[in-house]
Amino acid sequence: MTVINPYIPFLSEIVAVIKHTEIEFTFRMTYSGEVKPGQFFEVSLPKFGEAPISVSGIGDGTVDLTIRKVGKVTDEIFENYVGDTLFLRGPYGNGFDIANYKGKEIILVAGGTGLSPVKGIVDYFSAHPDDCKSFTLLVGFKSPNDVLFKKDFEEWEKNLNVIMTVDTPVDGYCGKCGLVTQYIPEIPIENSDQAVGIVVGPPMMMKCTITELFNVGFKEENIWISQERKMCCGIGKCGHCKIDDTYICLDGPVFNYTKGKFLKD
Amino acid sequence: MGYQTTLAKINAIFSDLSKDYVIYAPKRFVGDGTFTNIDTIRYGEITDLSEIEFAEKSNYSFKEVLLPISETLFYFTENEMKEADAPKKGAIVFLRSCDLHGLKRMDTIYLENGAVDTYYKRLRDKTKFILMGCENSFENCFCVSMGTQKSDDYDAYIKVDGNAVLVDSHWDLLDAALAGATEASVMPDSVTANNTVVTVPETVPQTLFDAPFWEDYGNRCIACGRCNFVCPTCTCFTMQDIFYTDNGKAGERRRVWASCHVDGYTDMAGGHAFRNDKGQRMRFKVMHKVNDYKRRFGTHMCIGCGRCDDVCPEYISFANCINKLNTLVNDSVKEEN
Ligand SMILES: Cc1cc2nc3c(=O)[nH]c(=O)nc-3n(C[C@H](O)[C@H](O)[C@H](O)COP(=O)(O)OP(=O)(O)OC[C@H]3O[C@@H](n4cnc5c(N)ncnc54)[C@H](O)[C@@H]3O)c2cc1C
Ligand code: SF4
Ligand code: SF4
Ligand code: FES
Repeated sequence: MTVINPYIPFLSEIVAVIKHTEIEFTFRMTYSGEVKPGQFFEVSLPKFGEAPISVSGIGDGTVDLTIRKVGKVTDEIFENYVGDTLFLRGPYGNGFDIANYKGKEIILVAGGTGLSPVKGIVDYFSAHPDDCKSFTLLVGFKSPNDVLFKKDFEEWEKNLNVIMTVDTPVDGYCGKCGLVTQYIPEIPIENSDQAVGIVVGPPMMMKCTITELFNVGFKEENIWISQERKMCCGIGKCGHCKIDDTYICLDGPVFNYTKGKFLKD
Repeated sequence: MGYQTTLAKINAIFSDLSKDYVIYAPKRFVGDGTFTNIDTIRYGEITDLSEIEFAEKSNYSFKEVLLPISETLFYFTENEMKEADAPKKGAIVFLRSCDLHGLKRMDTIYLENGAVDTYYKRLRDKTKFILMGCENSFENCFCVSMGTQKSDDYDAYIKVDGNAVLVDSHWDLLDAALAGATEASVMPDSVTANNTVVTVPETVPQTLFDAPFWEDYGNRCIACGRCNFVCPTCTCFTMQDIFYTDNGKAGERRRVWASCHVDGYTDMAGGHAFRNDKGQRMRFKVMHKVNDYKRRFGTHMCIGCGRCDDVCPEYISFANCINKLNTLVNDSVKEEN
């Protein structure tokens, strides 16, 4: 029996690069295996190391990885790999299970790059609006210059209730301003104790958003979050992502809030 | 099968086995210890059983045989990866009962938690474990509290007493080599009590994670990580890429031991880190060793070898910490009632 070595990455072709901002690009990569929104790949560059990156879109024979340029590995991706290939390992993690949300009223709240891991969910319900009762996408970005997936928003607005807001506007911006939390009470929901909330973003944003969802009557067990932690191996070995008895790379990064709320680093 | 034989005979057998196995055992390295002018006892290759330090506890565990301090995973050029070769020979490891329990903890992480680790498995499959008995407990050991003072899971038990050697073999190769030796009933030496007794609290409420209790450790711990490095059940690592020349395209990816006490363990991009406070790192380690590992895998991670207490330059005692935590838990339960 040959045991597959989980540490050795495979070569994946970059079929397209979508530039959102100066430092945030989506790399469309060839990949034909099974994959779910919220799962992640380790982008693995010889000489530079690895970076866990969420699947931000699933196509026919491709996955999208939306990468923010922040350091050693991601700088190298931006500078030298455009139009070529990348080494990947994965997909890892549990990901979001669309089945949990079908037939429900859904509010999906994302902050900034937090939209990446949940974008596959938005894509799904945008393409299958009849699979849910209602779908509200509420997204906050720092400023109009930080908006990701502009093209996708145009598509989403056709079938979904989309609210986009920015913390700090710039001249000429005429959209919504302020924190995502202030828009939650305005979202029409028939049965908030049956509705589903999906929340992904920076820790403070997630905390405030969840509090606000409780205020409007959401139940803990109907809220789902994705946790970002330091990761290295992605396969339950290196220990870096462990919190309490939970390995984020294996049991997460997606958690029902009844479990996720107990995770204390 | 139990046997009585001689040192000369058993050395001859091991000399023969060394064609296929590298033999690792605790050895004394003179003047090499944590504290000046103290010997250190750690694992090294042996060719003769008289090289083994039977009388004292080893400062480091056997884990480096299966999980080298630095291990090459693969070699790369820009477009190719090649898995590093496994050592040709297998290994024979001499170790004590607590460490043999430690092996099961390593197995759990490397073979069961998520994907099978190729590198661990290929070494593990070719390793034989030889139990060394404990006639007396050593300083800081608390194996009895952790239930690891005995083990039957060995390939052989060997006791050297001058020129006489007692063997209990579970290994056909050894049985074959010992054919004709005097049969004997051999029971491994094991201790029934330690000076250090530890009471592990059944559950620890999360409210105690922030108790002032941990601050004392925050003030004393210097985050050197030695407690992790000597621990047979600490198995964390970090990956590193090395390249051979500055502008070269070839290099290798390695994994190296990592420590949850040392800075950088939880660093993320943008300088964000979890558990900056060293007291919280102690809390994280203690909870893993005697609480959350058990909830996930069914046994405590800590096997009570006491090496972390032996090595800490700040004289922080893990055993005392557990006992104090137990008192704290009991007090908090009383307060509630
Ligand atoms: C489950 C998960 C999903 C993620 N999804 C995305 C995504 O879709 N898009 C995106 O841009 N970023 C994502 N990140 C964050 C991304 O992994 C880090 O920004 C990246 O590792 C930074 O690497 P670097 O070498 O460029 O940065 P550096 O700052 O040079 O990194 C320094 C060190 O910290 C490590 N590190 C930094 N941040 C993280 C982190 N969050 N997790 C693990 N290791 C880290 C790096 O491996 C490196 O060793 C995700 C992280 C996780 C855990
Ligand atoms: S935590 Fe200390 S006593 Fe327990 S196994 Fe590790 S080194 Fe030994
Ligand atoms: S507890 Fe002691 S040995 Fe462990 S990191 Fe702190 S100072 Fe070092
Ligand atoms: S990232 Fe290594 S154990 Fe989770």
